[in-house]
Amino acid sequence: MSLIEITEVRKSFGPNEVLKGINLDIEPGEVIAIIGKSGSGKSTLLRCINGLESINSGSISVAGAQLLPDELHLKALRLKVGMIFQQFNLFPHLTAGGNVILSQAVVKKTPKPEAEAIARQMLDRVGLAAKFDAYPDELSGGQQQRVAIARALAMRPIALLCDEITSALDPELVGEVLAVVRSLAAEGMTLLMVTHEMKFARDVCSRVVFMHHGKVHEIGRPEAVFANPQTPELKQFLGML
Amino acid sequence: MSYHFNFGWLLVYYPELLKGTWVTIQLILIGAVFGVSLGVFCAWVRALGPAWLKPIVSVYVELIRNTPFLIQLFFIFFGLPSLGLQMGETSAANLAMIINLGAYSCEIIRAGIEATPRGQFEAGASLAMTRFETFRYVVLLPALKRIWPALSSQIVIVMLGSSVVSQIAVEDLTFAANFIQSRSFRAFEAYFVSTFIYLTLAILLRLLLKFIGGRLFQRKAAR
Repeated sequence: MSLIEITEVRKSFGPNEVLKGINLDIEPGEVIAIIGKSGSGKSTLLRCINGLESINSGSISVAGAQLLPDELHLKALRLKVGMIFQQFNLFPHLTAGGNVILSQAVVKKTPKPEAEAIARQMLDRVGLAAKFDAYPDELSGGQQQRVAIARALAMRPIALLCDEITSALDPELVGEVLAVVRSLAAEGMTLLMVTHEMKFARDVCSRVVFMHHGKVHEIGRPEAVFANPQTPELKQFLGML
Repeated sequence: MSYHFNFGWLLVYYPELLKGTWVTIQLILIGAVFGVSLGVFCAWVRALGPAWLKPIVSVYVELIRNTPFLIQLFFIFFGLPSLGLQMGETSAANLAMIINLGAYSCEIIRAGIEATPRGQFEAGASLAMTRFETFRYVVLLPALKRIWPALSSQIVIVMLGSSVVSQIAVEDLTFAANFIQSRSFRAFEAYFVSTFIYLTLAILLRLLLKFIGGRLFQRKAAR
């Protein structure tokens, strides 16, 4: 059984069908890059996987937890998949440490000293041990995004969804975030990332998914997808036409 | 002008003024604490709460915001006993102020909640927090911070508006002023002094609210 099973998923916003029957199975430890033009449905697919968007038909399961629209099932699913956002979405009234502690304390009822120890450990893992007491607006974009990664990791997810996590960053800050993602991949974390970093996708990912008009248009190992695209749409997207 | 100002009566009637001031302070403290609590609850309902509760809260809020406070007070004190709901004048005044501030602060706080970026709710959800947990731990404090000046003003308005409770014989500051002027016939002086006390109370209340806001929203280490 695959870790994440996406079967015939359809999603519409009003009359506009954004996902037109997506099938994708992801094995533990895989790093998947989802690429495609804006409007092709890549972010929507990611948001469907942890229930930020409801699906119209089809099914999604993560390690046996089925995506169902009630709070109990959503919670079980979201405990298994973490999500990192383009705009970081740190909680502005809490320090970096407080951001990482909060959901552990609220959701998992982890005792404060233990939650704090985990928070320090996770911030250390993303290279921000010294920023425990800093507020989000005192951090650079790259640091904020790394805190967001630490916050997601503190919940001990078995997979991470990354929604264009470097798109809002200044170019010189992209590297530090990608370095963290690279180390997670090396440690065997299952990653599903929507990205425009083609070089990163080529170097780190085990498979690349090219989405086009709400469908998985092409899928394969990065060397095959990038070097030898089969469809004119992918060729055009990669600038080869 | 041949009017001779005379504040000599203050020596006789200052206990009434002190008592009235204390009653007014109690009215606004009770009204503010419970009124704002009610406002937070109603704001949660209107912005994020269950669909079946929304119309009930909407009717309450619009009813209170579109009728005079004095009528609300009279309705509670004189009207409700007809339904068997009898209460003392102080309880009626407290209830009227809580209900009034609850409705106005609901709309102010709701504005603060609705100005929350969508990403905050999504971050809370993606960390497996329930909608209510996200509201309680992520949304509420920054929302209150956003609207704290407006909320403070509304509390001061309700404090000043509390002067009408003297109409149902609550012995507040206005009641004391009326009493003194009817005894001493020193209308100018009596209302001058009570005006000054209201002004002082309002300024002190604003300072208190600013202090509370500072404590509530101050940055502190996570430990």
